[in-house]
Amino acid sequence: MTAATPLLKVERLSKSFGTHQVLRNIDLAIETGEVMCIVGPSGSGKSTLLRCLNYLETPDSGAVFLAGEPVGVRWRGSTLYEMSFNELAVQRQRMGMVFQSFNLFPHKTALENVIEAPIVVKRKKKAEAITEAEALLEKVGLADRAHYYPRQLSGGQQQRVAIARSLAMQPALMLFDEPTSALDPELVGEVLAVMRALAEDGMTMVVVTHEMSFARDVADHLVFMDQGVIVEEGHPRDVLSHPRHSRTKTFLARVI
Amino acid sequence: MGQSSPSSRPDIHATRPVPVRHPARWIGGAALFLFVFLFVRLLVTNENLQWPVVAHYMLSPEILKGLGRTLLLTFLAMIFGLAIGVVLAVMRLSSNPVFQAASWLWIWFFRGVPPLVQLVFWYNLALLIPTVSIGIPFGPQFWEASTNQLITPFSAAILGLALTESAYASEMIRAGIQAISVGQTEAAATLGMTRAQILRRIVLPQALRILIPPIGNDTISMLKFTSLVSVLALPDLLYSAQMIYSRTYQTIPLLIVATIWYLILSTVLTFAEHYIEHRLNGRPLALSAVLSSLFKSKFWSLRRHEARS
Repeated sequence: MTAATPLLKVERLSKSFGTHQVLRNIDLAIETGEVMCIVGPSGSGKSTLLRCLNYLETPDSGAVFLAGEPVGVRWRGSTLYEMSFNELAVQRQRMGMVFQSFNLFPHKTALENVIEAPIVVKRKKKAEAITEAEALLEKVGLADRAHYYPRQLSGGQQQRVAIARSLAMQPALMLFDEPTSALDPELVGEVLAVMRALAEDGMTMVVVTHEMSFARDVADHLVFMDQGVIVEEGHPRDVLSHPRHSRTKTFLARVI
Repeated sequence: MGQSSPSSRPDIHATRPVPVRHPARWIGGAALFLFVFLFVRLLVTNENLQWPVVAHYMLSPEILKGLGRTLLLTFLAMIFGLAIGVVLAVMRLSSNPVFQAASWLWIWFFRGVPPLVQLVFWYNLALLIPTVSIGIPFGPQFWEASTNQLITPFSAAILGLALTESAYASEMIRAGIQAISVGQTEAAATLGMTRAQILRRIVLPQALRILIPPIGNDTISMLKFTSLVSVLALPDLLYSAQMIYSRTYQTIPLLIVATIWYLILSTVLTFAEHYIEHRLNGRPLALSAVLSSLFKSKFWSLRRHEARS
């Protein structure tokens, strides 16, 4: 083993839906504090890969390691056991996730969305959870919207609440599944600004996105996927300016 | 100005169009009004209705006691029915095939057997199972009682009504749960919540909001279904009225008494349902808003009114 175990490691991960193979033998490593952006055409498997990281999808083969520990499975002696939903819940606490469609709890206010998991899962005192949630809402610029319901907020505001809700669990890393794809163009900027600030704070992030300028400016590591394989990866400067594969060149010509 | 228009016409910008006339509405309204008038006249002038007798019995202790039993039956049957219904719905949605099948079988049976048949059946349960005991199957018994002592008209009524309700409620609750998007469950899962926490904190509270109108509907149905218990000689509202008119032969006035009470109760329940619906939706609780939601119809009003509401 090298000097340090990567925070998240993916080894030979494959996944099919029926006869359609979505992911083929994916290998990936994310270091602590790194921002990784995954780009590629629709249907390239990037969202499925992200959802395999926290086992929202169960891979057919291969393994995911969080700080060296296998995700979704557990060794007992020399036998490998599948984890139950509730065992998996403990690992999922360490990986926050932000969805394309926000998925805020509509029956709860912004503040209640943020304090829900700390109170229910971490059994924090309500007053303590509220203090922390207020600080998080402040951080995403929504301190004045704490008592609004999701339906009273714009898409960009909802997504920022969703980010605060994930951060409230103090995850080791954050997964973003096309966080700005469902937003009106003028609202994209406010969400990207929050993510940028998060990256500057040193949060480890895996971001599936179509926002090339965000990938270029913020990512430490850019992964280009097509048809279920990683075609090319490296520093965004290199991948974006000097793509080596024709598939990367074709894709970049279309989106930039 | 190119069109051939008589010079007598005023400027189109200075005049308002005459609203569309609805002669059919006026004719229909007048005809219906006539029928209503004839019906009210019948109610007022027909001596056989004996309004003084109705007034005399409206608040008689016997009727009020029956009314209380009707309310208690409705309330208990709904509580037990909904509680069993939640369990059945969760079983039906579980990935365990034995749970699924058991739930399906229960719903199939209790939805298929008429409640009246069930009431009589439960009342006569002692003929099938003479004693009831709690203990380890094929092992020692801790407690034993004769079925005849356990099954009173009241407990038989609760059993029959609650079990029927549980079958209907579970299908309704299952639909409510399935209406909550997968995204909600996934978001809660990524926050580290367990299955039970997701169900209790995220899915069921949202499903309940959707389910308030059908639960209200079922409660009103249940209110009326409770009148079936008169076959068990359980003095509910209807049977209390029947007992009085079997002595006094004032059949119609006493049925009117029962009818009026049933209408009052179902009106109160309708209001309660709309009140709860408004509260859960976080809308202001003005009486006018509740009233307008009772009568509002958006069918013909196109989008203009939606934008306003």
